[in-house]
Amino acid sequence: MIDVEQKVKQFLYRFGTELQRVLPQTIAILTAFLAGAIVLLATGYSPLKVYSAMIKGAFGDMFGIGQTLTQASPMIFTALAFLFASKCGLFNIGAEGQLLVGAFATALVGISFHGLPAFIHTPMALLAGALAGGLWGFIPAILKTRFRAHEVITTMMLNYIALYLTGYMVNYPFKAPGWVSQTVPIEQSAELPRILQPTQLSASIVISVFMAGILQYILRKTTFGYQVRAVGLKLSVAEGSGINIKRTMVLSLVLSGAIAGLGGSGEVLGVHRRFIEGFSPGYGWDGLAVALVGGLNPIGVLLAAVLFGAIRSGGMVMTRTTGVPLDLIYVLQSLVIFFVAVPMLARFLKRDRFKWRIS
Amino acid sequence: MANLLDIINVGLFAAMLRMATPIAFSSLGGIFSERAGIINVGLEGMMLTSAFVGVVGSYYTGNPWLGLLAAVIAGGLLGLLHALLTVKFKGDQIVSGTGINIFAMGFTAYMCQIIYGSRGASATVTGFEAIPIPIPIIGDHTPLVYLMFAVAVLSHIVLFKTPIGLRIRAVGEHPAAADTAGIDVYRIKYLCVMVSGMLAGLGGAFLSLGHLNLFAWGMSGGRGFMALAAMIFGRWMPLGAFGASLLFGFADALQMRLQALGLLPPQFILAIPYILTIAVLIGFARKVTPPSDYKPYSKE
Repeated sequence: MIDVEQKVKQFLYRFGTELQRVLPQTIAILTAFLAGAIVLLATGYSPLKVYSAMIKGAFGDMFGIGQTLTQASPMIFTALAFLFASKCGLFNIGAEGQLLVGAFATALVGISFHGLPAFIHTPMALLAGALAGGLWGFIPAILKTRFRAHEVITTMMLNYIALYLTGYMVNYPFKAPGWVSQTVPIEQSAELPRILQPTQLSASIVISVFMAGILQYILRKTTFGYQVRAVGLKLSVAEGSGINIKRTMVLSLVLSGAIAGLGGSGEVLGVHRRFIEGFSPGYGWDGLAVALVGGLNPIGVLLAAVLFGAIRSGGMVMTRTTGVPLDLIYVLQSLVIFFVAVPMLARFLKRDRFKWRIS
Repeated sequence: MANLLDIINVGLFAAMLRMATPIAFSSLGGIFSERAGIINVGLEGMMLTSAFVGVVGSYYTGNPWLGLLAAVIAGGLLGLLHALLTVKFKGDQIVSGTGINIFAMGFTAYMCQIIYGSRGASATVTGFEAIPIPIPIIGDHTPLVYLMFAVAVLSHIVLFKTPIGLRIRAVGEHPAAADTAGIDVYRIKYLCVMVSGMLAGLGGAFLSLGHLNLFAWGMSGGRGFMALAAMIFGRWMPLGAFGASLLFGFADALQMRLQALGLLPPQFILAIPYILTIAVLIGFARKVTPPSDYKPYSKE
């Protein structure tokens, strides 16, 4: 009997500590939705109706769940991109631009090669996306390490440059016939399979989950991961112990950009099957919120991405059925960021009175 | 070639002043915040929000001055939020600023649809009229352009010729010493970040009320970040940042005229100000030292 009681206590304790770890995030999300409800009330909508439409849209049926995961996949990539750079102490807000150039490079490979077998064409197209995204991360990295230009400004500027560069490409040299600014469809051999018909959910999500695992491994188990974290924590020992700080920063931003670029590849190969101007509704920004809510942890990112994917897919249903502008979701996101940004909130919650006292 | 030379005229320089105005206001705002030890990457969002709030104010009152007042208050409130999160709660300054930018993006687009039924643009409202002054280039602008000159000079005087300016700089450079000297470090920080938001608010109000007389989606277009670059280029000195803003204004004015010529695809020309911003940082960021280490300060 004592054994069982002990076990139950242990379980409760562990459950309590786990709960405590996600408590600040959970409270941030709930508070954000509460504040969002005030915005809705003030603008003449019923929060209850709006939120229930959102939840029903996101999880109500198989189609909704498929759409939620479809929206979550690019966010996982952009969130991992933000996360990895942040582990190195770098604030990469350029995921949006990196995603765009990655998507375009992928589309280019997708439309340019004919008659390749799928097991060569698809990886080639993915690689192109990673390389282009990596290049778009390499530029701010060099500007940071060689010229001390702050990455927040340069990555933001590169977002605009990527937008106009890809915009030029699909309006002039690679424009498909017709009035839409898009490329011709990619070859079938480059496509990523759709895994939950009739939704657009593609194998891209499998790659993104795999990517989260790889990053977790790199950060926890490899020398490079250790170096990245040491530089990020600004450990005074970092330089003394022979870590090349600049090289680590450059590699982190390149890897960060490559991950975001892969997110773009996934959209092109799995969802749209071509590059369409303006296909990203702001996945780069979504990624930032997802990474913060995920506690800057690859596994946490997966959970947070499902939540934000649900907000986006449910948001579309919400807009269709209740007429609430979709931009509400950015207000919600920013509110979540504000509440997560407050470390004192987390510390406050860690005080004794919230601990599960089991002696 | 003849076409290219044709666009360089008095009109181009007048346009340069107009395009420099929002950047100059925001970069002056950036200086106040950073001199007090708080990075403000939320300038972009503060500008965008104020541009919208300014239009709403003028829409409901029919008076652009009341719109301007609303815009400045909105900027100040976002500044207060930034100060709360970073000074009181010691949150990460860049996370908070980025949050403000995302908030502005969502809030303005959301409210624009609620009030005007369109995500892209608001209704046209009463904006500021140009007040002609018989001086070429500098004359014939809206009051906000004239105000920019005044604020630039005033910022310099406040920061470098007054006791409060000395306190602000002390708080940024060495908060512990400032505290020992009896300066209320937190109060100065709050004040400066709010002033920062209010100045960005003036810049935003210029975008919507002094320029187009309406709000358009994402109309700040990265100018808040250009303002940060102008601030660095100007070595955190008001008059230096003002000069740098003129350079960005020139690039913007040139960009619009080149576009009208139709020699190059618009995307290339639209990218010019962003490329210039990076170029400026490459040239100058290495040579300057920020006025603060931007670490959160705790009173013991």
